[in-house]
Amino acid sequence: MSLPLSLPALHDKLSGAWGRSALIAVPMVFLLVFFLLPFLVVMKISVSEMENVVFKDLLVWADGVLSLQIRLGNYLFITQDDLYLSAYLSSIKFAAITTVLCLLIAYPFAYFMARSPSDKRPALLMLVMLPFWTSFLLRVYAWKMLLADNGVFNNLALALGLVAEPVKMMNTPFSLVLGMVYTYLPFMILPLYANLVKMDLRLLEAALDLGATPWQAFWRITVPLSRSGIIAGSLLVFIPCVGEFVIPELLGGPQTLMIGRVLWDEFFSNNDWPMAASVAVVMVLLIIVPIALFNKHQAEGSGGARA
Amino acid sequence: MNLPLSSDSSPGADAAAPFLQIKRVIKQFDDIFAVDDVSLNIQKGEIFALLGSSGCGKSTLLRMLAGFEVPTSGQILLEGQDIVGLAPYERPINMMFQSYALFPHLTVWDNIAFGLRRDGLPKAEIEERVGKMLDLVQLKAYAKRKPHQLSGGQQQRVALARSLAKRPRLLLLDEPLGALDKKLRERTQLELVDIIEQVGVTCVMVTHDQEEAMTMATRIGVMSEGRILQVGKPAEIYETPNCRFVADFIGSVNLFRGTLEVDEPDHVVIASPECRHYVSHGITGTLGMEVLAAVRPEKLTVQRHSPLVEDRESPEQAGHNAVEGVIEDMAYLGSLTTYHVRLDNGYLVKATHTNAARHELSQLSWGDRVHVWWCGSDVVVLTQ
Repeated sequence: MSLPLSLPALHDKLSGAWGRSALIAVPMVFLLVFFLLPFLVVMKISVSEMENVVFKDLLVWADGVLSLQIRLGNYLFITQDDLYLSAYLSSIKFAAITTVLCLLIAYPFAYFMARSPSDKRPALLMLVMLPFWTSFLLRVYAWKMLLADNGVFNNLALALGLVAEPVKMMNTPFSLVLGMVYTYLPFMILPLYANLVKMDLRLLEAALDLGATPWQAFWRITVPLSRSGIIAGSLLVFIPCVGEFVIPELLGGPQTLMIGRVLWDEFFSNNDWPMAASVAVVMVLLIIVPIALFNKHQAEGSGGARA
Repeated sequence: MNLPLSSDSSPGADAAAPFLQIKRVIKQFDDIFAVDDVSLNIQKGEIFALLGSSGCGKSTLLRMLAGFEVPTSGQILLEGQDIVGLAPYERPINMMFQSYALFPHLTVWDNIAFGLRRDGLPKAEIEERVGKMLDLVQLKAYAKRKPHQLSGGQQQRVALARSLAKRPRLLLLDEPLGALDKKLRERTQLELVDIIEQVGVTCVMVTHDQEEAMTMATRIGVMSEGRILQVGKPAEIYETPNCRFVADFIGSVNLFRGTLEVDEPDHVVIASPECRHYVSHGITGTLGMEVLAAVRPEKLTVQRHSPLVEDRESPEQAGHNAVEGVIEDMAYLGSLTTYHVRLDNGYLVKATHTNAARHELSQLSWGDRVHVWWCGSDVVVLTQ
């Protein structure tokens, strides 16, 4: 009597557990195959010896001796040559400047979108995403046309007599940061918008009721409550900016050496794959590890509080 | 009988200038009058309840007092000063919001201190006042917690402490107990009144729950469609409603439509298809006018035999205020039993009996033919 009753229940339980595991397994397998394995390959290359165009195996079996050869010379070289350190630092500097500027522009932008009538929001959201319809490369090239010595801005300024000779804008830190802010702005706006739009506006009324001016209510209530949006947006901008290659290549100049450029040179100019792989591994560790620690700390600190 | 529409004209109101005066306030959203020509006087120390169903304009009126909405026209005077032009943060008025609106990122302590800090009070004084508030609502042990770590009842007390911390001259409560479950609500009602009276603050509350309004308020204003229909003490509103809406909204009521047949100074008689109603007080009306006789279900007696003359309030009521029908439905609710009696002309009468003694009324059951009668002093005449 109890058997036919319990079997379906057992089946349900099993399939429930299976279903859940399978669901979690999909992204896990994806990360394993497309992130962890390639990263291990890169790590392996970074400690390999190069012979002509092939990598020597790490494990060598010869004359009855199994030897494991790990070449750390590339990592030592990174610490010895100033080029790498300064490229790392300038990458972080430009990424940080870009992140701060994006935040300053995106916050009012997202705030305005989130507070506009709900029937207008989809249209505004569409406008933010509109640039993605055009190739990113084309848009960066367009900035080249606009900023060049004989580009649109300079010609206009000359014609209006605002300047006597063309202002050098291309291939400067200015053009680099402009290009990066322009490109990454939507990645800051969207998480901020998503956060601000679900904020409980009665909290602002409560703040006003308790004697806070609108400005105080903004700083005491809105900004702290949008912290998770600020963090998400900042990470989405900062991390890709550090490793950015295309924008510095097209808009940057001699003063804006970034780590992406160094990587490219090591791979394709010097053909030194182990060296390039070492630079990549160090970059990942330098950027990802502190951020991972920071996120962990955040999650613990807030104790699962509502954002 | 004369029912004053508002308390403005009553002699007591002149003794002291009203603490809060709402004068002919209108609030229009596009074409809709959310608040339609409301005038109210509220005395110092009162707990005044605005009672009405959702969309009746009570919340809009409260929001105008808080400063979140600006009246289309009219005046709001607090101790003689017009506050219509003041921003919410400039008013000496604090509000306890519906579902509390506690700041989720701040601790209980910081939530309560929020208003005091905006006033730039010295640190020591803030500490002292927050401490006092925590004592008042008995949450000292929870000062370091965040709102989401508290139960609904505790959150409600934090919200109250936060709205009282600045010692407002007027406290506004927006559905103060709406987010609590029934059991907790009953206990909290009296607790809340205790604290408000302890602090001595004048209070305007908004609620759709008549029981909540009756328990907590010293006076009630019943609102419908942007207008105030009746203002009075809870018992006045219940026992002598001035119109059909108020009679129907507060509790339940049996309404008999009829015409005025006898109009004497000390009594009137109303003829309705169900029976003749003897009402032992006079009304202002003309013979033959259409009126409603209203009787609360708990005033009705249900029994098998016809009412004896010696049971009646006065001999001349014999033959009046009595109907006959069949019990169609009855529900035993523990403390009381309700009967639905279908009269011969199809009209349904509701009656409730208190179950004072065990098995007292068990002899009545479905399908029984019964007599229902009531006293002439329990009938209220609604002239609409």
